[in-house]
Amino acid sequence: MAGHASKEMKANKVDWGGKTSPFSVSYGKLMMWFFLVSDALTFGGFLVAFGLTRYSYGGAWPIGEETFDALPFLTGSYPLAYVALMTFILIISSVTIVLGVEAGHRMDRKGVTKWLLATIVGGLVFVGSQAWEWSHFIHGTNFGRVELSDGSVATAKGEFGKIHDFEIVRPGSHYEGVGTKITNDNITAEDGDLMHAFQHAAAKRKLSGTAGAMMITLHDGTVAKVNKEADKDLQLIVKVPGNDYAVSSAADESTRIHEADGSVDLYYEALSKGNVVYGANLHENEYGPQTYGHFFFFVTGFHGFHVSIGIILMIIVFINVLKGTYEKRGHYEMVEKVGLYWHFVDLVWVFVFTFFYLI
Amino acid sequence: MEQRDDIIEYSLDNHHSEEEGKKIRKKIWKVTLILSIVTLVEVFFGAMVKQGSSMWLTVKVLFILLTIVKAAYIVMTFMHLGDEKKALKWIVLLPYLIFMTYLIFIGLAEGAALYPRMH
Repeated sequence: MAGHASKEMKANKVDWGGKTSPFSVSYGKLMMWFFLVSDALTFGGFLVAFGLTRYSYGGAWPIGEETFDALPFLTGSYPLAYVALMTFILIISSVTIVLGVEAGHRMDRKGVTKWLLATIVGGLVFVGSQAWEWSHFIHGTNFGRVELSDGSVATAKGEFGKIHDFEIVRPGSHYEGVGTKITNDNITAEDGDLMHAFQHAAAKRKLSGTAGAMMITLHDGTVAKVNKEADKDLQLIVKVPGNDYAVSSAADESTRIHEADGSVDLYYEALSKGNVVYGANLHENEYGPQTYGHFFFFVTGFHGFHVSIGIILMIIVFINVLKGTYEKRGHYEMVEKVGLYWHFVDLVWVFVFTFFYLI
Repeated sequence: MEQRDDIIEYSLDNHHSEEEGKKIRKKIWKVTLILSIVTLVEVFFGAMVKQGSSMWLTVKVLFILLTIVKAAYIVMTFMHLGDEKKALKWIVLLPYLIFMTYLIFIGLAEGAALYPRMH
């Protein structure tokens, strides 16, 4: 250990004369800062590319509070609540790591252990939340996005009426008995569940009829009547204009197509024609331009990858703390370096939150 | 390992006492409170003010300003860049800010110029 040399060296006060670091930081910490600057440029580049693309689409871009309004286990609309929760989780984990760094500066091994563990848990909760959000984004809403008969494209809002069962009209190779009701209890694994079978049929043009009297053709060829409650307050938000409908303004709900304007008939006509997209993948998405989906997966995915790397680094440092490596070394600077990285991940999320979800 | 006395151990400079620790922790909790409140304000406005309304531009500018406030607190307090030497602080911040300001300007200007050509 060469700590005793530090005071004499500092006394000469010449910053750039050699021998001393003009920044008064260790090599490792300086390199962590330089790495973070380059990584920040990478993320900055992504977000600017996102901005460029958005500007090149004019106003035809998905709106955060409409796109991200779901919560686990709940139906209904809670704009931005879930991402706000994710942001909060990450901020709190940033706080726990900085408390860990502070404990390290007092050589308080117990404190470091406690706060590092808390941060690892926070990171895992965040990654878990992101997994749910991705899953929701990929599976999409109950209504999906429809192309109406006049050529306009609209997303739908409202409360999707529950599907009670499919009542067999003409049995196929698997389901038997006219009048038998197919429910989630006796549906085949191939059809999944009622909702899944309904959406699959809609997208494959295997639904027919009108809102109150829909017929579905299942995987095995069975034709059945869909017993479904009516949707509540079905509104169509026009995103791309057609012959009859102009784009709805996000600020004025009266520009949407309401039930009084025939939203129900328009919507189910589109379903029976198979003009519907549910969820998102790399080829299409229900939320807006395809590039939007790409950016969502890429930017939040790259951030999630950083979070995962951060968790792995923290677990390694945590094991070293338990083994007493840093106690022997005389300082907990490794916690500080990993902490810098972790704060950076939080910092990136602050910007992703604003530019992806809020604006 | 061979002992060298010409290498300065900067890592030890950051050690502090119990009293100093108390002060630092107080500051950390204060910043936590600020960051939480700012996030809540952002979500509140995000849910209340719709895009395209007359207030939207104001709220958008507010979002960006609040984001920069949040970022500054994280970098200056949590990453304690504010407590580092001036030389380090500016060698991290200046190149990044200059380059990003340029990139944002050119990216958005190009995007806006592309719009009429793509539609």
